[in-house]
Amino acid sequence: MVSSSTDVRVGFYVCHCGHNIGSIVDCPAVAHYVESLPNVVVSRDYKYMCSDPGQELIQKDIAEFRLNRIVVASCSPLLHERTFRAAVSAAGLNPYFFQMVNIREHVSWVHTDATAATDKARALARAAVLRVAAHCALEVKRVPVHPDVLVVGAGIAGIHAALTLANAGRKVFLVEREPTIGGHMAKFDKTFPTLDCAACILTPKMSEVGTHPNITLWTCGEVVKLDGYVGNFTATIRRRPRYVNEDLCTGCQECIARCVFKEAKFPDAFNERLGKRKPIYIPFPQATPQVVLIDPEVCLNFKRGTTTVSGRCKRTCVDACGERHAIDFTQTETTGEIKVGTIIVATGFQTFDVKRVPQYGYGTFPNVYTALEVERLVNASGPTAGEVVLRDGHRPQAIGIIHCVGSRDKKTNRWCSRVCCMYSMKLAHLLKEHTGAEIYNFYIDIRAPGKSYEEFYDKLNEEGVHFIRGRVGEVTDWAMRDEEEGKLVIRVEDTLAGFVRRIPVDMVVLSTGLEPQADAQQVRRLFNMSCGSEGFFLERHPKLAPVNTFTDGIFIAGCCQGPRDIPDTVAQAGAAAAEAMALIDRGYVEQEPNTAYIVPDDCSGCKSCVPLCPYTAITFDEATKKASINEALCKGCGTCVAACPSGSIHQHLFEDEQVFSEIEGLLVHS
Amino acid sequence: MTSPIASPPAADWEPRIVAFFCNWCTYTAADLAGVSRMKYAANVRVIRLMCSGRVDPQFVFSALANGADGVLIGGCHIGDCHYAEGNYKTLRRFELLKRLLRDLGIEEPRVRLEWISASEGERVKAVVNEMVAQIRALGPLAWPDRLADWDREAAAAPSEAPSTALPVKSAEVAHA
Repeated sequence: MVSSSTDVRVGFYVCHCGHNIGSIVDCPAVAHYVESLPNVVVSRDYKYMCSDPGQELIQKDIAEFRLNRIVVASCSPLLHERTFRAAVSAAGLNPYFFQMVNIREHVSWVHTDATAATDKARALARAAVLRVAAHCALEVKRVPVHPDVLVVGAGIAGIHAALTLANAGRKVFLVEREPTIGGHMAKFDKTFPTLDCAACILTPKMSEVGTHPNITLWTCGEVVKLDGYVGNFTATIRRRPRYVNEDLCTGCQECIARCVFKEAKFPDAFNERLGKRKPIYIPFPQATPQVVLIDPEVCLNFKRGTTTVSGRCKRTCVDACGERHAIDFTQTETTGEIKVGTIIVATGFQTFDVKRVPQYGYGTFPNVYTALEVERLVNASGPTAGEVVLRDGHRPQAIGIIHCVGSRDKKTNRWCSRVCCMYSMKLAHLLKEHTGAEIYNFYIDIRAPGKSYEEFYDKLNEEGVHFIRGRVGEVTDWAMRDEEEGKLVIRVEDTLAGFVRRIPVDMVVLSTGLEPQADAQQVRRLFNMSCGSEGFFLERHPKLAPVNTFTDGIFIAGCCQGPRDIPDTVAQAGAAAAEAMALIDRGYVEQEPNTAYIVPDDCSGCKSCVPLCPYTAITFDEATKKASINEALCKGCGTCVAACPSGSIHQHLFEDEQVFSEIEGLLVHS
Repeated sequence: MTSPIASPPAADWEPRIVAFFCNWCTYTAADLAGVSRMKYAANVRVIRLMCSGRVDPQFVFSALANGADGVLIGGCHIGDCHYAEGNYKTLRRFELLKRLLRDLGIEEPRVRLEWISASEGERVKAVVNEMVAQIRALGPLAWPDRLADWDREAAAAPSEAPSTALPVKSAEVAHA
């Protein structure tokens, strides 16, 4: 493309960003240097270019000096390019006559030598001044946003986001992998620090999801494929069979009572395998949807490898269901496609696998429990109906709670899981309430930085719960003294008292940390997101775009982004819903006009480009023997541009001429 | 541009590396290195492209012909490309480019391809520092001078002899 380089009038602005840039880069010197470059009419330095006065400075200069190109040297374009383009546009200039120079993230924050940093800033500024002369006016393309939303994962984050959107009148598809919604929260007994019952606050929301006219709920479902872009996604959902027709099942559970297995004998995942269930079951009494399901791994009918009436299984469940005909052994996996404009990913976390710290004896000593198991033990609807009875049938007299299992540990996970201190104290309170036992908390630091959290810690101290500061060395059944006989002994260095202690207890609770889901990497690829080094999904900006991802139109909420408690999760889910709604209500998205295009006269018809495009945006016209690009499909990667042997393919915003000018500008000796 | 392209005296020579970073992974990683206040050598200058697949081999030659001592290309890890498979094309193109560079006598460490994801700010720092150290050890590439030499040789070559080398002008290499 030919640039309108006649009468290019550049305005250059270098930002001090307070001391962030100014303390390393000599900003006035950069501004002074740029003054001498070709086409530069105005060159200034200013404390904060992104502030209103900073933007007004540019706008005034555009009017006064008839500037037609603007270069700002400040922070990363990923942060403020939009801000400055908007400012330039408001002054009547095409926003693409703007170029940004990153001298904060790429210069002042990473270099210590002021001379070298200032030199580099000069070079980067020069490159941009040369580049911007070759810029062209471009039109922003508007693409309509499909008003429906896909929410992936129906824990408290997904539920809250879905309900917020549905109550605002949006259609929501809520996809959950498990047979019921509710996630981890559904397993909890009480929530800290208010000690309100988790079920009492969650189950009304769950049933609202189940009955909401604007929510299509798909349990036993997973997103397996995603195509499209912001505003226009096509998601493929695969659903496992539950062998029960959701529309016909009334949730009466007569089939469960009549199953040929008179006793429940299979470990129940919802109860952390502490309880038992039958092959046909409902995950828990308040499950949503209120529909039973059949486990084909253990159901006798499936075990015989047939779907016809077998001799062994009398299929009493089918008889019990009777006229309703809800049970359907012939159900198979189904897949379907949906079209949505925005997506909220709320796929949650998994708890740390305690087998990775064998010194704490989980699996060796039956009375060592994970915190999630204890949640079920103290829960009135749990496997023991809220009675805290050990695996050996005894009631514990002394209980040790070990904090930071799989958190803040260089050998396992380095991060703080944020919720363990608080839930450990909650469990300490509940266990004391249920058993009257002596409770010992073994902690590194107590982290209680939330509303009423520190007060909860004070309350526990007043209740007589013991707090011992130190990371536990091991849990052993080797008795050194008589009072240790038949007990589990917790060995710990009490770092406040300054010696090693042995505390005999009957029960050990491991406060497991939070980890990314096992398949977080696959999910990340599916939705084209990024992960941080620890494996949680990466937000676009830790402070200013905490629920956005690097893919427009895809938002994240809850523990898939990092460990957090319920209040923070709900707040984040609301934020994600609001971000989705902001896109939907505007009705369109503006696309960066960085698409590729072909100059037909230069095209030799070699077809090199055609197979390169992953979006099949390039087609070859057999009649004219020329290739052409469908700009609606092009996403602007520029791969075809670099590959074209005849140089006939160009890319807006990244024209060869612009990049060559930038290279030259970077390297000329000043 | 007023000042001509020429190498400065060797005494105050500092390696100059032009980097082409993809917008989604490596550029973001470099931003992260900044936000995390990691410190690395000031010899690298980054050009942002949407995808490493946009890196035309001519960009690399242009950088070298304009006086760069090295070129660093950064993209998303294989399988993680924002544009599904742009980095596969970069990889293929880079393998071919390496052969060409070898034939031109350009040492391998001078042109480097690295996959650096958005979370690997530490890796940006490590790669840049390592590359600067390697190129410092190799010394200046001084391609503008060499190109000028070749131009002179070509001009001085007897006209009747069959020309083995077409006259190469640095400007042509730069803007081919």
